[in-house]
Amino acid sequence: MKNETYVISSNEKLARDIWRMQLVGDTSEFGNPGQFVNIALAGNYLRRPISVCDYDANSFTIIYKVVGEGTEKMSRMERGMRIDALTGLGNGFDTELCPKECTVVGGGVGVPPMYALTRKLVKEGHTVRVILGFNSAEDVFYEDQFRDLGCEVTVTTVDGSYGEKGFVTDAMEEGTYALACGPKPMLQAVFAKSSDGQFSMEERMGCGFGACMGCTCQTNDGPRRVCKDGPVFEKGAVAW
Amino acid sequence: MVNTKIMLNGIEIDNPVIPASGTFAFGYEFAPMYDLDILGSMSLKGTTAQARFGNPTPRIAETPSGMLNSVGLQNPGVDAVIREELPKLEKVFHKKAVANISGFSVEEYVECAEKFDACDAIGWLEINISCPNVHGGGMSFGTDPCEAAKVTAAVKKAVKKPVWIKLTPNVTDIAQVAKACEEEGADAVSMINTILGMRIDPKTRKPILANTMGGLSGPAVFPVALRMVWQVFEKISIPIVGMGGVASARDVIEMMLAGATAVQVGAANLVDPWACEKIIRDLPRVMEELKIENLSDIIGGAH
Repeated sequence: MKNETYVISSNEKLARDIWRMQLVGDTSEFGNPGQFVNIALAGNYLRRPISVCDYDANSFTIIYKVVGEGTEKMSRMERGMRIDALTGLGNGFDTELCPKECTVVGGGVGVPPMYALTRKLVKEGHTVRVILGFNSAEDVFYEDQFRDLGCEVTVTTVDGSYGEKGFVTDAMEEGTYALACGPKPMLQAVFAKSSDGQFSMEERMGCGFGACMGCTCQTNDGPRRVCKDGPVFEKGAVAW
Repeated sequence: MVNTKIMLNGIEIDNPVIPASGTFAFGYEFAPMYDLDILGSMSLKGTTAQARFGNPTPRIAETPSGMLNSVGLQNPGVDAVIREELPKLEKVFHKKAVANISGFSVEEYVECAEKFDACDAIGWLEINISCPNVHGGGMSFGTDPCEAAKVTAAVKKAVKKPVWIKLTPNVTDIAQVAKACEEEGADAVSMINTILGMRIDPKTRKPILANTMGGLSGPAVFPVALRMVWQVFEKISIPIVGMGGVASARDVIEMMLAGATAVQVGAANLVDPWACEKIIRDLPRVMEELKIENLSDIIGGAH
C-alpha cells in the first residue's frame, strides 16, 4: 500500500451516471487486476474505494457510478485537480489459476475491473469470452474497448433495449470457468452456472486496508475481510 | 530537547500516543507502513473468550467529520489471539501492548484477563465495558456503576498487570462510573468509547447499518471526549487514557491538558494509516512551539 497524490488528466461521462477518470502519478503499488484504490475527498471523512479499470507505468483509469454525495463530487472534478489515494489495495484476480478458456462476466459498475483482467488474460494466451450486463441501452459502456482486446463480447440488457435481452447468465455457457464482478444476485447466478472461478465481492468499507473489520464476509475458510483478503475470492471459498 | 516520555502505571513509555482498539487490528497489519516501535504502545483488537463474527454488514457508515461502526467485536477468540496473533505482533513490535478485553459475563472478563495476564507481550489490560454494538454484555456493564464496580473488582482480584476500564460516554454521569472503578482498584480509566448514533438512507428509507445503530467516532466526538476527560479528572486520581477524535499532535496536547496521561488515536488510523506516525513526529515540534519541555508536566494543566 502507498499513499500518493495523482493529477486528473480527464474526467468524462461514459453512460448514464457512469464516469471515467484518468489520473497520472505513481502506480508502482498496482498489482493484479481487480485491486482498488481508496480516494480521499475534501469534506468527506471516509475514503471512497474504487476499483482500478486499467493502469500503465505512470497513469491509471477508474470508472465510477454517481450514486451519492461523494461520487457526485468526483464527477465535478476537473482536469489538473489533485486526488489523494491509497493504492495497491486488495488481492485482485489471480490469472495463474485460470484455464485456457474462461468467461469474464461484468455487471454494471462491476464491468471496469474486468477490463484490465481481460487484457491480462488475452496477453497470457487465454481464450476469453466476455459477457457484459446492463439494465438498459443508456447504461452500456466499454463494449468496444473489450472487443478491441480481441475477445468475443456479448452485451445483455435487462430490458432488451441493447444487445441480447436478459441477464448475463442467459448468455453464459453452463460449466465454464468464470471471473465475475457485479451485483450480488448476478454473482450468485454466475456462481451457480460456473464450474469454478473467481468472484469479486463488494461490501461497505471503513479503512480499505484490513484494520477496522468493517467489511468482513463469511467464507468457507472463516470470516474474511473483503478489502484485504479479497475482494476476489475463489469459488470454493465463497459462502453466500 | 523536549521530553515526550510518560509514566503509565509504573511503566515508562516513550510518548503518550497509543493506537486505539478496533482501529489497528492486531498491530502487525501496520508494520509495512512504519516502524511500530515509535509508538508509546498499542491497544489490540477487542477480544472475547469465544470467536465472534460480529454483526451483519453493512457495519460502517459515514457521518459529518466522522464515522459509525457496528462491527460488534469480531475476533478469533482469546486462545487464537494468544496462539496466532501475538507471535506475529511480537516479531514487529518490541514494546508492551495493551490487551483489550470484552465479555458477556463477569466470568468471561476474568477468563480473558487471566489468559492475557500471562503474556509477556502485554503490559496493560484494557477492560472494555462500553461496546455499544453487542447485546447482553459490553456496554450494559459500563452504564451502571455497580456493574462496572463488579467487573473491576473481579478482574483486579485475578490479575497482576495494571487494569484499565474503558468507559462509555452513553451515560448521564461518566465520572460516577469512573469513580466506582477507581474504588474497586482500577489502575486507570480509558475513555471514551464511541457514542451511539445512526444514519438512515433516504432512498431506501432504512437504517444504513444492518444493526440499526452504531458507535460514532472521528473528529466529531473530540469536544465531547475532551469534556468528559475534564469531568472525570476532577473526580478521580488514577490516570486517564484519553481518546475520541484525536487526529493531531495538538489534539494530543489538548487531551492531556484536560487530564489525560496517555492518548489513544482511533478513527484517524482508518483514513490515514500513517496518522500515529505523523502525530509522533509532530509532537516535539508542537511542544517546542508551545514551550512544553516535559509532556508529563501538562497533564490536567488546564484545570
